[in-house]
This record gives sequence, C-alpha cells and structure tokens, in this order.
Amino acid sequence: MTATTTEHAAPAASAPTQLTMAGALNAALRDAMTGDDRVVVYGEDVGPLGGVFRVTDGLQAQFGEDRIWDSPLAESGIIGTAIGMAMYGMRPVVEMQFDAFSYPAFEQMVSHVAKMRNRTKGRMSLPMVVRIPCAGAIGGVEHHSDSSEAYWTATPGLTVVMPSNPADAYSMLREAIASDDPVVFMEPKSRYWSKAPLSLPVTTAPMDRAVVVREGTDVTLLAYGPTVRTALESADAAAAEGLSIEVVDLRSLSPFDDETVGASVRKTSRAAVIHEAAQFGGYGAEVAARVTERNFHHLAAPVLRITGFDIPFPSPKLEEFHLPTPDRVLAALDTWEWDD
Amino acid sequence: MSLNVEHQSVRTLPSEKPIRLLDNAGHAVRGAASGGFELPELGTLLELYRRMVIARRFDVQVTALTKQGRLATYPSAYGQEACEIGAISAIEARDWFFPTYRDSIALLTRGIEPGDILQSFRGDWHNGYDQHAHRTASQATPLATQALHAVGLAHAARLRHDPIVTMTYLGDGATSEGDAHEAFNFAAVWQTPTVFLVQNNQFAISVPLSRQTRAATLADKAVGYGMPGYHVDGNDVAAVYAVTRAAVERARAGGGPTLIEGLTYRIEAHTNSDDPTRYRQSRDVEHWKRRDPIERLEKYLVSEGALSESVRAEITDAAESVAAHTRDLMTVEAEIDPLELFDHVYARPRAALLEQRARLEAELADAAVRAAAQPTGAGR
Repeated sequence: MTATTTEHAAPAASAPTQLTMAGALNAALRDAMTGDDRVVVYGEDVGPLGGVFRVTDGLQAQFGEDRIWDSPLAESGIIGTAIGMAMYGMRPVVEMQFDAFSYPAFEQMVSHVAKMRNRTKGRMSLPMVVRIPCAGAIGGVEHHSDSSEAYWTATPGLTVVMPSNPADAYSMLREAIASDDPVVFMEPKSRYWSKAPLSLPVTTAPMDRAVVVREGTDVTLLAYGPTVRTALESADAAAAEGLSIEVVDLRSLSPFDDETVGASVRKTSRAAVIHEAAQFGGYGAEVAARVTERNFHHLAAPVLRITGFDIPFPSPKLEEFHLPTPDRVLAALDTWEWDD
Repeated sequence: MSLNVEHQSVRTLPSEKPIRLLDNAGHAVRGAASGGFELPELGTLLELYRRMVIARRFDVQVTALTKQGRLATYPSAYGQEACEIGAISAIEARDWFFPTYRDSIALLTRGIEPGDILQSFRGDWHNGYDQHAHRTASQATPLATQALHAVGLAHAARLRHDPIVTMTYLGDGATSEGDAHEAFNFAAVWQTPTVFLVQNNQFAISVPLSRQTRAATLADKAVGYGMPGYHVDGNDVAAVYAVTRAAVERARAGGGPTLIEGLTYRIEAHTNSDDPTRYRQSRDVEHWKRRDPIERLEKYLVSEGALSESVRAEITDAAESVAAHTRDLMTVEAEIDPLELFDHVYARPRAALLEQRARLEAELADAAVRAAAQPTGAGR
C-alpha cells in the first residue's frame, strides 16, 4: 500500500522543540509502536542500552520485551527471522548496528527480502524496515563508516531511502514502517546529532520523492544523507562568487525521482551528484546515466560525480581527505567550461 | 510473557545408533534402540504407507516428465519418503512448513496441487502455490535460509500466544551454512516452537557428509545450542513420525525447538543435470535401495495383516490417479504473461517499472505484427 501520512497515529502536535535526528527517529519508532502493535523492534543492543546511537533509547522501558528486545548477535539471523515475522503479519523494524555489519545479512536481503513479493505474485509482502546507520565522518575505526547504498539500490525489490534531517527522519521512518514493501532505511551517522526545531508528528514530502532544498539557477547539486549539508555549504560558498546552485535532496535512492530531478536539471542545465561512497560503480553512476539519458539535450556539460575515492574507507585520521568537501565540489564545478 | 526464558541447557547427547522402531526386515524394534518412543498405531502406519506410496509415484512421474523435457529440473526425493512424509504428517494444517527444493512430495502430502507445486520446476514462475492458504513457505533454493524464516514466524506466533508450530527441512550440506547455525541458535535462545528436520541423505550434490562435518552425528549439534537432538533412522517412517510428533507436541506446549536428524540416502541424482557415477559407487546405491522405507513398512503391515489386497489396490489406484493428473497438467503448456513480470515486484507502483512494462508491451506488439506479416509456414 502507499502509506499516506494521515495514517500516522500519533499524539497531537507538540510545540516546536530542538530535536536531533536520533531523537526524531526515536520518536518515530515510539509513535509507530504506539499506533500499531504489529510493530516490533529488535537487533543488537537496542534494548536496555537503547542502541549504540541511542535511537531506541527508552523504548524497552515503555513497551516491554515483547515489543523490543536484544537479539543474538547475528545479522543474517536478524533479517532472516524478521522475514518470518513479516510473513506472520508483524511489522518488524530491525537494526543493523553499523552498515558494514549488515554484510552477513546480504543473502537474506537479496535472495528473500527483495524477492519474496515477486516470487509469490504479490501474495506475500514483507512489510519490514531494515535500519542501517551508514556513512562516515564520525571518526569510526574500520567497518564503521561504509556507504553500502549501491549494494541495495542495485537489487530490484528493495526500497532504499536516506533522510538528511530530523523532520524527514521522523516522517520517512513512519512512512517506511507503514509501507507494505520492505524498506532499507539508511541513517547518516554524522547527522544523528544535527538539530532542528520540530513539532511532532511532522509530515514531510512522501518518501519516494526528492525535494529541492535550495533553489538556484546555474547548477543542480544532487545529494542525499550526509552530503546534503556538503551541497548546501557548497551553495553558500558559490553564492559568494556569484554562482547560483540548486540543491536537490534525493531522499529516495530507489525508486529514483526522475521527475523532480529532471525538472531541476532542465532548469539549470548542469548537474553533479555528491556521495561519500566510492565512485566506480557507485550510486552516482546510475544518477549520472539517468540524468544524461533523460535530459541530454538540456545539458550544457557532462554530469559530474563528486564522491569518495575508489579506496576502502580510510581510518579516522585520514577520512577527511577522502570525504567530499565544499572545496572539492566547487573545484569540480570549475572543471566545466563556462561560456557565459 | 517475557522473552527472558529461564536458562535451561540440554546436555544429553543424541544416541549414536539411530532411533528405530521398525528394522529393515519390517520387525518392530523394542528396547534401547527405540529411544523410548512407541510404535505408532496400525491405522497411523497404514496412512503413512498410503502417503509414501502416492508420494513416490508422484516423484517417479515427475522425474520421468523432466527427462521428457516437460520440466526444467526436478530434485527427486526418491528413497527419502520416510523423512519427507513422516515429519510432514506430524504437523497440523494450522502449523507452518518451510521446505527446500527437494521437498515437493511433502508439499503434495500437505495437500498442495501438483500443478501448483511444479510451476517453479516447469519454469512458469518462481513459486506457484498460495503460501498463506497452505501455511507453507516457498521451496527455498538458497540453503538453510528458510530455517531462519521458520524461527521468525514461530517467534511472532509465540508473541501473539498463537499455539502453532513451525517445521523446516534442511539437508546435510545445509548444516554447514551459517544460517543453519543462526537459526538453531535464535530458536534455542528465543525458545521458539520450531522443529528442524535435517534429512541427512549423505550427499550435497557430489560432496559426501565426511567433507561437511567432523561431528559424530548431525543431531549432536543440538547440544551446543541447548536444545534436544535426535538421531533417527530416516528410512523408518514410524521412527521419524514418532520422534517429530513428540517434538511438535513439546514445541506446542512451550518446550522450545528440537533438532532431528534423519539418516537416509538420496537414491536419485541431485537433479536431472547431475551425474552421480562420477562420485559414488552403484553398489552403495544398491545397498540403500535394499533399505527402502516403503518396503520396510509394507513388510510390517503385511505381517500384521493390515494391508489387504483391496487396500493395496485402492492405494495403487490413488497413486496412479495422482500420476495421471500430474501428466495431464504437465503436458499442457502453461499460459504465461510476460507483462506480469512487472506487476508484483513492489506493492507501491514505480514509474520506472511502468515505463519498462510499456516498452516490453510495445516489443510484444511489434513481434505480433511481424509474425502476422509472415506468410503461413514461413521460417520453417
């Protein structure tokens, strides 16, 4: 089903308070669990500890161990059992503690989560959400900073979304939990502590839509998750030099919102995509190809990819050299020929 | 109910000799070898016999149809009927079953239509039966993955105080997979009502059990998870039924999971594309053919006077009727709709998929126009 935001069962809107993304996610889980007793939450350390990022803080105390519990430490087991729970009619929301730790679950994700509905001609949907804290810039040691989105977006049957701010985090997680399709819900770790004034419940754009978060006329920067901030900072810096940058927060990586992105690109005639993940075979390759295929005659320059290097994610002292920065973004835009 | 189950570890090793209630000559086994299990009553055994005979006739028929090219592939369970039928007969319609690709005859016994079972092997669609209606998951091809689904569904049911049991079949090779370990462990930690039947048919395609494990029996693995394990003669349907039935009852009563190993043998090739002469001796196959599960029970039923000629004829007729029905179904070409490829991937329609659907629709229309333009008989 298409989750309409009116189905969000939640208390009446509160006065705006400063809320972090982690807090917004916590509130979304709490409201979803309150509104639907089929929603259960489990994973590693999500119980008394409240998750290593505290996204599930206080939920076990409120809902009890039958609604949220610590599972054995095995990611394939977590996803595989969540499939069984969804088959029964529950709506499991499970956590992969860090995105590189989701790899043991790859087979369950690709062979079953993604394929069950199609395999059964729609008779068996898997309404489950796989929360994956992702990406770097938190000083994490190896395996704590990966950007694995392209593994999931390359798999038909998965819906893959990534919020960049607290309001979207709340609204998109509620929508993901209400969705009959399985959703890979990627949470940019470096944004967990970013704050915004919020009145909950909040409903933002549908989770399958991209959103123009800053209007501009000369360039479209396509970003998602942690790089939305990078793009906005780039736009600020470029404005000082007289370059007007439009920033599109993709939000939904699969499906891809061709309509919103296309409208922006046809307006600016130049586009670049920014992500932390390595470039080769990365998500930006798909974005560049789609944007080019569909908008070639409107483009004044090739679509650029401004990404991490084609290397394994670096150790904490080296990650700043790997991650795309506003300087790298602006330098990349300078490589285009500018006639006017 | 709290998920904090009291910690009780099970440390009794399964018997090294498989539990057996009927020996190969069809005599009832008593004493220690029976593992304390009772021989099921004659009526139950006769029904198990009937189911096994029908299952084998179906299996032989489908293998033949596959050799004729009517199916893309078919993994036969010939010789494994005691495991396949004994265990599935121990659960009820309300329980859930999580089978593998080799367990088609268990699906038949569960009441699923032959045509629906064989859709996947014929290549019409990946799965052909209604899983909810039969409380039977699709036949898993990736090894041991379905065991976790069985554990998850059982746990969900337990949270809902729904007294159902889940049963899953695995092969000996599958016990090497990480998902088997994770399923056994999750089931034991969560104390889910799950029965794991490992059909040890001694080969994972070509690789013998000795290259899968150093454990004395596969049932021994249960001890490490803190759950009961049973090593059973997998060609003795009476033993398989009795042991799985007890495990199902314990699970339903809140006693948690059980791991059962049925020691059996894969008489046929892995699939029609396999060549078993490259990795095993025909004398070994002959040895196991002489331990046939159906003949064993037949000898016992005859000795007990429970298998009259009329009953035998009724069973044969029923089996032939299933075979004929299956032949009829498989000789008719299935109707397939290429445009359906796009219809079930997502609950929420996607613009990109609708575009691709339209593209294929146009390709099909073009092809139809070209075909219509060809003079009749052209292209032969």
